[in-house]
Amino acid sequence: MTDQDRSPSRREFLRAAGSAAAGVALAWVVVVRPAQATPAAMQEAIAKVVGTARVSPGKVKLELPPLVENGNTVPLVVKVESPMTETDHVRAIHVFAEKNPQPNVVSVFLGPRAGRASVSTRMRLADTQTVIAIAELSDGSFWSDRADVVVTLAACLEEP
Amino acid sequence: MASALIRVPERARRGEVVEIRALIGHPMETGYRRTQHGERIPRDIIRLFTCTYNGTEVFRAELHPAIAANPFIAFSTVATESGTIALHWTGDHGFTATESAAIVVE
Repeated sequence: MTDQDRSPSRREFLRAAGSAAAGVALAWVVVVRPAQATPAAMQEAIAKVVGTARVSPGKVKLELPPLVENGNTVPLVVKVESPMTETDHVRAIHVFAEKNPQPNVVSVFLGPRAGRASVSTRMRLADTQTVIAIAELSDGSFWSDRADVVVTLAACLEEP
Repeated sequence: MASALIRVPERARRGEVVEIRALIGHPMETGYRRTQHGERIPRDIIRLFTCTYNGTEVFRAELHPAIAANPFIAFSTVATESGTIALHWTGDHGFTATESAAIVVE
């Protein structure tokens, strides 16, 4: 009789403990993930450009091949949705890499005379990583896009 | 002297958005590589690329070691008037190069 009285309360206790643990785990994931996805050096480089402004995802399209055999030359295209008029245009586009020796890749400055906010170049990738493009608009807002690239042969390692 | 290849359309309609492509021969030595004897190879990169349209700057790019050797840059500009489109590259150890092309706008 005492056993029957006790077992539901133990079950309840376990259930409560389990959900509490799940809650803690969820909170841990939510808090920790952004810090892991972008290493400190890149965050610092981004902060130097952006300052304290908020960077929202969208408007920017970063095109990189998802799988790269040779990290020494990787074609890269950045396009930004913008009418490119005097009052509403893209001021600058910055590209950052997470695991290269230096986070900065390229910064381009354009204006209404560009007509179209689209730039292409070729970059080096030292490792499988995430590349981020940030666009600064004439109204002072920042927009970004990211691309994950898998690299088979890394740049910067071969002997000259 | 470095060899540069540029592509600018010869003629365009007024107000048309034209694409400009530029390729220049340059090692873009990162400064992170070492020789077989372990000595660091000094950095030698192109740091700045600009495009002027009849003397007015319309495009500028700051390059870092993460740009591949023989830098290729493609961008666009609005064909406003006939004249010259000039591209300039500036880099380490006093490197400079200029290449220009004429454009006829009708």
